[in-house]
Amino acid sequence: MSLETFEPFVGRSSSPVRNEVEKGAIRKFADAIGDPNPLYRDGTGADGRVVAPPTFSRTFDYGKIPDLPLPKAGLIHGEQQFEYFRPIYAGDVLYCSSKLIEVHEKSGRLGSMIFLVFENTAVDDSGDLVVRERLTAIYREQGGVA
Amino acid sequence: MNQKRFAVGDKLGPLIKPPVTKTQLVMYSGASGDFNPIHTVDEFAKEVGLGGVIAHGMLTMAFVGQMLTDATGTPGALKQFRVRFREMVRPGDVIVCEGVVTDVRDEDGVQWVSCDVSATVQQDGRVAVTGHAVFTA
Repeated sequence: MSLETFEPFVGRSSSPVRNEVEKGAIRKFADAIGDPNPLYRDGTGADGRVVAPPTFSRTFDYGKIPDLPLPKAGLIHGEQQFEYFRPIYAGDVLYCSSKLIEVHEKSGRLGSMIFLVFENTAVDDSGDLVVRERLTAIYREQGGVA
Repeated sequence: MNQKRFAVGDKLGPLIKPPVTKTQLVMYSGASGDFNPIHTVDEFAKEVGLGGVIAHGMLTMAFVGQMLTDATGTPGALKQFRVRFREMVRPGDVIVCEGVVTDVRDEDGVQWVSCDVSATVQQDGRVAVTGHAVFTA
């Protein structure tokens, strides 16, 4: 796989996937990361709803960009960004999609690496943006992770 | 409401997490839906040259997120959060999350706070992630 493999997919998006935010899923996530914050469990926040932790949106299904060839091995997570427009609450129904916005190649001491930058968005029932993620995946042809 | 005020140079954290465990990696796989076996199956991780299972980068980012929400208090206060993944984290590693305020500006009585954040491995000082966040206070 080379830069040319991915370039035709820049600008392409997945079809939005409906994600229901479940209270139990938030609690299990908070348990897994070892965060005892009651906001993630009892909904003791200002409006009594259970809130999701800041990285919870990474658990959503953002769909697949049609025909984009993603290698099964050799992909590493290089960078992650979140931009928050409002908190995510249990009970939210969010429509999530992913778009490949950039690909580029860098040569380093470990050989050539291809950077794939995805923009993932979650939009609520009213069409308002809730969270925007930017995820950089790095693909190294040789496989393995140094 | 959280009426805490911040100034440039203020420290956030440290949040010192209990050692990462293999059970935690299984729990995080289930909670996140990331079932890549490099995080859960030692034999597989060894086969691909990792020497054993490694933690999900997003688990370490979640630790830093905990430090930030502990500092901000209010849901919705966190506006931006980004990290770069640098070093691998393994079971047994104790992760220390810290931050330092780099900029503050006031807008209609709301304080916008920018900070640099990091997570390091306590045992050997390796820097697992570095990043940046913006929140309101």
